[in-house]
Order: sequence, then C-alpha cells, then structure tokens
Amino acid sequence: MNSIGISTERTAYLQGRARTKKLVLAWQIGILVLLALSWELLARFGLIDNFILSQPSRIGATFINMVQYDLINHVFVTVYETLVGFILGVITGTCLAVILWWSSFVAKVSEPYLVVLNSLPKIALGPVIIIIVGAGTEAIIFMALAISLIVTVLEMLNGFRHTDSEYIRMASTFGATKAQIFMKVVFPYNISTLFNSLKINIGLSLVGVIAGEFLVSKAGLGYLIVYGGQVFKMDLVMSSVMILAIVAALMYEGVVLMQRVAMRWYNH
Amino acid sequence: MDVLTVMNIEQKYQAENGEITAIKDISFAAEKGEFVSIVGPSGCGKSTLLSIISGVLKPTNGEVYVSGERVDGVSPHIGYMLQKDNLLDWRTIYKNVLLGLEIRNIKTQENRKRAEDLLKTYGLYEFRDKYPSQLSGGMRQRVALIRTLAISPDILLLDEAFSALDYQTRLNVTDDVFRILKQEQVTTVMVTHDIPESISMSDKTIILSDRPAVIKEILKIDFEMDNRTPLTCRNSPKFSKYFDHIWKELSRNE
Repeated sequence: MNSIGISTERTAYLQGRARTKKLVLAWQIGILVLLALSWELLARFGLIDNFILSQPSRIGATFINMVQYDLINHVFVTVYETLVGFILGVITGTCLAVILWWSSFVAKVSEPYLVVLNSLPKIALGPVIIIIVGAGTEAIIFMALAISLIVTVLEMLNGFRHTDSEYIRMASTFGATKAQIFMKVVFPYNISTLFNSLKINIGLSLVGVIAGEFLVSKAGLGYLIVYGGQVFKMDLVMSSVMILAIVAALMYEGVVLMQRVAMRWYNH
Repeated sequence: MDVLTVMNIEQKYQAENGEITAIKDISFAAEKGEFVSIVGPSGCGKSTLLSIISGVLKPTNGEVYVSGERVDGVSPHIGYMLQKDNLLDWRTIYKNVLLGLEIRNIKTQENRKRAEDLLKTYGLYEFRDKYPSQLSGGMRQRVALIRTLAISPDILLLDEAFSALDYQTRLNVTDDVFRILKQEQVTTVMVTHDIPESISMSDKTIILSDRPAVIKEILKIDFEMDNRTPLTCRNSPKFSKYFDHIWKELSRNE
C-alpha cells in the first residue's frame, strides 16, 4: 500500500495499461516511418521506378511547391463540395427516411426502387448528371449527393424501425400522436444511428466529389489527381492523394467530435 | 357509483390463416379506489383487455365507460403502466416524469408542481436530475408509476407491471405501489399471472378462462383487516384459501 491508498496491484494495472497505449502508438508511428524510409531508399537505389511510384522526398518537395501555388484553393474547393453534398445528403436522406417510417404503404411501394438504386453504382449516372445540371460544381455536388443519399435513407429508416417498440407503446398509452412519437421517442433514440450514418456519409460524399471532379472540374484535389495523371506528373498525383487522405481523416474526426458533443447533450 | 364499467367486450383478430377470438362477453365494474386484478392462463388476452380499457385498442364489440363517459380513443382519465418501466435513457428522472404531461399538452405550472410533489412524497426528488441508468430497477418502476400518476388518472391499468423485477425488489415495490395507490385513491385494474400478487393486492380478482377468454369467476378478496398491505395479506390464514381456490379454478379445464 502506498500513501494515497491505491493498492500495488492497482498501480501495476494502471501502469500496464499506460504502457500498452504507448507501445501501440510507438508501433503505429514506427510502421509509418519504416514505410516512408524504405520507399525512399528503394527509390534512391533505383530498385523501384520513382517516375511511376514517386518517392517521399519528391512528394515533400512537390507539396511545398503546391503550397506556394494554390493548394489551399484546391483543398477548399474539394472540402466545400464535400460538405455541401454531405449536408444535403443527410438532410434529404433523413427527411425521406422519416416519410418512409411514417407511411408503411409508401415504404412498401418504394422498396424495389430503393433496392435497385442502392445496388446501382451511382458513378454510372455521372454523364446523366452532367447533362442535366451542367458541367460544373453543381454536377460534382450532385454526384456526392447521389452516392450518399440512398445509404442515408436506408440506414436511418432501419434505425427508426428498430426503435424499442415498448417505448413507442408507452408513448401511445399517453395518447401520443405519430409526430410526438417521432419527436420524443424515435428521433432521440436514433441519435447514435444518425451519427453512424454521418460517419459513413462523409466518406461517401468525398468519393462522390472525387469521382465528380474526375469527370468535370477546374479545381479540387480530384482535378489535381486527374491532371497529374494525364501529364504523367506522378509526384503531383501522389502528393494530392496524401493530402486527400489527411483531408478525409480530418473531416471524419470532425464528425466524431460533433458526435461527442451531441451524445453528451443527449446523455447517451 | 362505478368509476369503470366494462360491457360485453369482444375482440377478434384477423390473421392470414383465419380469425381468432381473443376475448368475449367480458363485463365487470370497479368502484372508486377499488383494486381489481385479472388472472388467467398466459396468452388468454389479458393484455388485450387492458389495451381496450385504455382506449389504445378499439374492441370488435362492446363498450367501456369511465365515470359514465364512453371511451373512444386513448382516454385522458386512464393511466397505463407496462411491464417494462420504459424510462427514456436520454431524459433525466424529472423530464421522464413530465413526459406524459408533455404528450397531453398539459405541462402547466400546477401539473409540474404535482409531479414534483409526487417525487418528493415517494422519495425520488433528490434523484430528479439523475438519469434512469443510475437508478435501481425498483426505483425505476416507481418513477414509471409517478410518470403515470402525474397525469392525474382516475383509473390506473397495470400490465404485469412488476414481473420484470427480481423477487425481493418485487415484494418491496408492490408494497410501495399499493400504499401509493391507496393514498392517491386511484382505481386500479391489474393484469398478472402471479396468483399471490393478485390476492395480496386486490379487492377482487377476475379469473379468465383459456382462449377465447370469458370470465369464469369474479372473486371478492376480503382479509377483514384495517390497513392491509400486500405483505400482511401474505401472512394471513385466508391467503392460502384464496390461492387454492384460484389455482383450482384456473386449472379446471386443462
């Protein structure tokens, strides 16, 4: 026993946990360094073709070069398109899910359509979208929306339907209307479903935006990747992909942060 | 005058493979403050009967009157308590208690005061800002009862309301609830499959038959004592007589 009354076993347990945590982090960073280092060395000694696969030092140099040009603008364009697509997707998707939850008739009628639309690779709609809304930012946002919408609808609807039926019964014993049941029971019950769907959606919107930017764009990370590929500047492609990875991770973390705030609010 | 009158209730269910008559010819009445329990074989339609009385379910035939007023749709005079407490995890105890008032759009200053008083009287006021997950099963069930009583019902329906609790808690909660109901002078109809629970709490027990359920007997329960509580009833010599009677009645046609 030490002075503050924590048993030695407890201290050992806590130390052990802290050590494991550090060890995991060390390995995670170690693997990254090792990969970058071997990539760099293999390219230096000519074992891999750095024209095709690039190399970390060249990616770094390109990155600095890009920052001096208009990288910020490209990142901004991609993030903007993703967020707009994401927000539209979440709002429309949730509204549609509410309608389908509300009316089992509408849900039954639309089921085969949802199944088909869900399995259809939405990228195939690219040309159609471009022709209808024009070759611009709108088409890209539409693409993001098309990819994330159906998943949101299905995910939210599934959540709504799996609300504990006893809760709903309890609310009906007080004479709750359908709107009250939704607002007071079903929606709050599904806050975590909503955030799970947001997490999936932010990634899907980004897929839609990059696919859209491949098809039509004058700016954005997708544009940089396609442009780099066309002029065989693999350094540019690789740098853009790296930046994209970071942007994607940051946006995901943003959703996680929002979830934490909301969960505290709702005490889940 | 009878607060609750149930007249010739019949309920049929339509299923793909045919029609099922769940209950039929059910008639009984309850006076103010009376505690009526309904026992019967499982699946005989006891819960269906409660749903009909509360107005959640519309009967195929028959009528229910509360204080002379016909029940059509969920009645504002009736509180209904289910087997599970169904407290909403994301609401504090106080907000859970206010749920019924919110749904009925009667969250007035006065009703809020009543809810607070109920919490105070039954020892839950200090837990008002806690969340359901921080309370024990027995306390949660009491909160659920207060949520139901907050809407000032004339009649309370209990649908196996204690069967989810462990035995020890159950005896205590039944005692508490009984005391609360007698104090608030609430007429109660309780459905249960637990014969001792039915005897120890009620003034009369309605025994239902197998499906299609009809009333086999309405048994008056009288322990001839003042200030009876479920626990003292369980110790009374008359308790086992009632038990044997109901037990025989229930097993007769099986």
